[in-house]
Amino acid sequence: MYLIDCPHCGPRAQLEFTYERTMDSIAPAGADPQEAMRVLYSRANPMGADDEVWRHTYGCRAWLVLTRNRMTHSIDAVRAVGPETLA
Amino acid sequence: MNRYSVFGLMRGALGGQKHWQPAWRDPEPRASYDVVIIGGGGHGLATAYYLAKVHGVRNVAVLEKSWIGGGNTGRNTTLVRSNYRLAPLHNLFDFGLKMWEHLSDELNYNVMFSPRGAMFLGHSDADMTMLAQRGDALRCDGIDAELLTRDEVAKVEPLIDMSRTARFPIEGALMQPRGGTARHDAVAWGYARAADVLGVDIIQKCEVTGFVRDGADGSGAVVGVETTRGRIGAGRVGICVAGHSGQVAGLAGLKLPIESQTLQAVVTEGVKPMVNSSVMSQSLHCYVSQSDKGGIVMGGDPDNWPSYARRGQPTVIETAIAQTIAIMPALSRLRMLRTWSGVTDMSFDGAPIIGPTPVRNLFINGGWCYGGFKATPASGWTYAHTLATGAAHPLNAPFALDRFVRGATVDETGVGPMPNHR
Repeated sequence: MYLIDCPHCGPRAQLEFTYERTMDSIAPAGADPQEAMRVLYSRANPMGADDEVWRHTYGCRAWLVLTRNRMTHSIDAVRAVGPETLA
Repeated sequence: MNRYSVFGLMRGALGGQKHWQPAWRDPEPRASYDVVIIGGGGHGLATAYYLAKVHGVRNVAVLEKSWIGGGNTGRNTTLVRSNYRLAPLHNLFDFGLKMWEHLSDELNYNVMFSPRGAMFLGHSDADMTMLAQRGDALRCDGIDAELLTRDEVAKVEPLIDMSRTARFPIEGALMQPRGGTARHDAVAWGYARAADVLGVDIIQKCEVTGFVRDGADGSGAVVGVETTRGRIGAGRVGICVAGHSGQVAGLAGLKLPIESQTLQAVVTEGVKPMVNSSVMSQSLHCYVSQSDKGGIVMGGDPDNWPSYARRGQPTVIETAIAQTIAIMPALSRLRMLRTWSGVTDMSFDGAPIIGPTPVRNLFINGGWCYGGFKATPASGWTYAHTLATGAAHPLNAPFALDRFVRGATVDETGVGPMPNHR
């Protein structure tokens, strides 16, 4: 089990978090349906670091972006997602 | 090649068993082949065997980056069954189950197929309704399925906690009597030996590092592969590396509808027979069976996030064991021998992918989620058809790579397009 450093709550047990999808599988708003389907249903699935969308489901319930390595399981960055981070 | 038989064994006994020979050759790769199969697991070797046997395509190589059967073929929990709810799935898997029944004879290699029954437990009225619906779907297509009462479940598995105070009460079960287990390594070795006899080159320690493509800009048809043992030309190339499909397909610039996740299993010390069938609970997500050596084999959910580490989270396996022990309390006294994990191709609807890719002459067989072992003969048979003819076999037509963008998913559990919610 890992600790994930939630930007809102601090370090918490991984069991409080759920993995949702990868950043490279989010279709841009306004994409045409075929293109949106293609993006939603494909993953680079690298054997190394990738950006992933997680959620602190059993905590503050905020969405997060983790940069996580799939070979070593190390978490290199945790970023909050929300209006304040877009500014 | 010596045909294996009891008489051969007896003759060998007189001569000090000195007659044994390697079960397959260790050839140097040729300059080119009609078909190159990437991945020497059960599926790849079965594909090569049926290409040679059924389609007469004998100029075939199976390229394996380490040793054959060393990936997911050697890491699964050996369960064989065909009791899927949806027709495309149960038709494919039952085609395979019928092949399992004669596989040892077919290959002249004992794969130790043991049809001891595959039993899905029901813990509530709602569970029993779902199991009855599944059983009806199976019987409509001529596949065996029997709805068992509580008493019948207790007769099959006397060690299940049938009390009304049980943590997970038992209301009944859906039994597939023809289901069971097989010896996983023997499946790879049996197919390898039989394919080798027909002229297939099995080339181990040969990792594919790239594809050779036609066209001025290198984006045309695949005409060969680059490997750690040099360039090998190919008429057609079949990817068959479930667990790492994304990696190999990525060499051709493809992005697949697949995420790689870790699936764990655990085995205990060997004990006398105590689990008679393969017991599964799909409401809880745990399954248990006893190997022929006596170990109790248990498994559960994948770790629900992407990983290639072949190293699972203890919390996930703990959950599966806790559920199994709640169902069969006697198991709590056993000592764990080992746990292990494998990397699975989790597809977006829980169903496999077999068929052509957008790249000419390049085909793919993958996305088996955590259920590939039982499909080995059917997967090989249908993929061989596709590689020989370039067209889909009726049984693998529903599992085309482009079904996701067409909206034609085969979603057994009905949970939608999330590989981590299977």
